[in-house]
Amino acid sequence: MVERTPILNFFTHLILFVGFIFCVAPFVIVAIAASHNLKDVNDVPMSLLPGSDFWVNIKTAWTTADLGPKLLNSFIMAFGVAAGKVIISALTAFSIVYFRYPGRMLIFWLIFITLMLPLEVRIVPTYAVVANVFEPYQTIMDLTGLSWLIEKLSGVQVQLSLGLLNSYSGLILPLVATATGTFLYRQFFLTVPDELTEAARMDGAGALRFFVDILLPLSRNNMAALGTIMFLWAWNQYLWPLLITTDQSHAMAVTELKQLIPNVGGAPEWHIAMAGTLIVMLPPLFVVVLMQRWFVRGLIATEK
Amino acid sequence: MASITIRGVKKNYAKTQVVHGVDLDFTSGEFVVILGPSGCGKSTLLRMIAGLEEISDGTIAIDGKVVNKLEPRERGCAMVFQNYALYPHMSVAQNIGYSLKVAGVPSAERAQRIQAVARVLELEHLLDRKPMALSGGQRQRVAMGRAMIREPKVFLFDEPLSNLDAKLRVQMRSEIRKLHRRLNATSVFVTHDQVEAMTLADRLVVMNAGRVEQVGTPAEVYSRPASRFVATFVGAPAMNMLEGEVTLDGVSLLGGSRKLNVSRAGLSVGAKVAVGVRPEAMRMVAPGTPGALEATVDLIEELGAGRVIYVDLDGAPFSIVTSEIVHPEPGSTVGLQFTESDLHFFSSETGGRLDVFRASVPEPALQG
Ligand SMILES: Nc1ncnc2c1ncn2[C@@H]1O[C@H](COP(=O)(O)OP(=O)(O)OP(=O)(O)O)[C@@H](O)[C@H]1O
Ligand SMILES: [Mg+2]
Repeated sequence: MVERTPILNFFTHLILFVGFIFCVAPFVIVAIAASHNLKDVNDVPMSLLPGSDFWVNIKTAWTTADLGPKLLNSFIMAFGVAAGKVIISALTAFSIVYFRYPGRMLIFWLIFITLMLPLEVRIVPTYAVVANVFEPYQTIMDLTGLSWLIEKLSGVQVQLSLGLLNSYSGLILPLVATATGTFLYRQFFLTVPDELTEAARMDGAGALRFFVDILLPLSRNNMAALGTIMFLWAWNQYLWPLLITTDQSHAMAVTELKQLIPNVGGAPEWHIAMAGTLIVMLPPLFVVVLMQRWFVRGLIATEK
Repeated sequence: MASITIRGVKKNYAKTQVVHGVDLDFTSGEFVVILGPSGCGKSTLLRMIAGLEEISDGTIAIDGKVVNKLEPRERGCAMVFQNYALYPHMSVAQNIGYSLKVAGVPSAERAQRIQAVARVLELEHLLDRKPMALSGGQRQRVAMGRAMIREPKVFLFDEPLSNLDAKLRVQMRSEIRKLHRRLNATSVFVTHDQVEAMTLADRLVVMNAGRVEQVGTPAEVYSRPASRFVATFVGAPAMNMLEGEVTLDGVSLLGGSRKLNVSRAGLSVGAKVAVGVRPEAMRMVAPGTPGALEATVDLIEELGAGRVIYVDLDGAPFSIVTSEIVHPEPGSTVGLQFTESDLHFFSSETGGRLDVFRASVPEPALQG
């Protein structure tokens, strides 16, 4: 039991408030900086009273970095990753929890390993695969002499190639293939009573029917939580988009922000950079606010 | 309606066998109750009938058709689970109608059948509620509705009343009975509660440690228990049991301190037996009455309609149920009498029932 006394209340609120200030201060400073003009933003110390150029700066940032299409790109990617994750993880967790088949534990551990090897660690091989999806198969065929055999027999040289650089699939797929979501679902599925599964079997529902009619509706809080987290995570990706999008038409908002950062020798236009940052920050914020109710429920506990 | 034939059914989990060869026949429209202590394998047996558990050995046939390899939905069974197992995200109507939806029944017909079932179970005003918003008894009824709507050949119940309070349990018991009379589908009901078993069953199957001990009507099982286990398991308070040894002129009880004058028809001298007598079959008489056993009163339990008197018979605990208004003081001595036809004899080795004494002795006589 936690005691409730006025003094304790005061201190808990004080701690909360200090924490809140710590979290919010950077955002406030970004917003204030975004409202100054070139001279004010470079004052030392910078004035903490908002300036009057907010909308002008936002417009400048928007046009300079061409944020419209970039935001759209970011949104497509983040949404794709979130949706892909929510679906793939649900399916893999369903398979692991509800079916007994040979190699189940092996697959389970393979999925688990991806937790220990995030994209950043295996970025070079992943790049190679995305550059040519068939690369691994080509290598296997070359090594086993299969391509040589086929060439001898049919005269056709086997040269499989499918590049995903500068494409949405290339951006999205490698980010979808990790285990976080699978574990979230697995933990939840394990709490679903066996009787429910058996009742569905008695009612004549097959595995897929059970998955769609019962398991998925029950996991909607989980889906919301996972979707939100993955949306934010994908939105904030930097290294991967930077690496595989050389083409401006596929550039992401987050990576394009660097265009707004003043160059050495250029004008120190930090107010524009801050305005751009603010714009790029907004969509994830919006998603969190929108999904918050579900999100928290999905992470905290399972409905009984 | 369907008959169920179970032949040599066994169940192994990895290395351990939990059901050791069960043979049973349930006739069409019968209400069978499987009774047994916790862990005896009754749920396992029921789940093998339902198709939720694989049958390790033997066959189960429904209406003469072996169903070992059939999926639950193909067996025509419906099951009511102990914890109801209602789909939490579906309304009562959706819960009841789910099997029809899966079977592809058009929604108009579905709605009509849901209505019909809800009317029987008095759930009409609750059809739009979610299970969360129902009381235990209402959930139980929804679970029953879900089983009923498929018009199954066989109803299976796995301790469906064990989560209800005592009063509701009695009420649901009679509702299940009424429902059975109305639908007349073969029903198999698993419970470890003997009152439930006795009141519901057309026929009772008593199981112990993965084996069937006895099959019979509740009255048969009560009056002629086939084994020592059944004798002590069925009936409350439990049947009194005294260990004894067959002597030349009867049975010597409690290491020789008491004697029972019965002829030893067919039993060899020295055979170990257990003699049982139900607490309800005992009469209390004044101490010193000829032929009465003398015992010391330990404790009296008042039941309202009657009372249980616990006595001590040379160290062996003994109980008597009487409806007479008597209140012997704890510590006082009382006399006990019973008729010989109320005695049950069991082999101490096998635990099986021995009927040898009953036919051969005209006059019961006990010597204290
Ligand atoms: N998956 C399993 N693996 C191993 N043993 C099992 C498994 N399921 C059940 N058992 C064992 O099988 C035996 C019978 O179980 P069962 O559930 O049929 O008991 P029950 O008679 O229904 O008991 P209760 O009244 O407690 O429900 C028990 O001893 C149990 O430990
Ligand atoms: Mg059980």
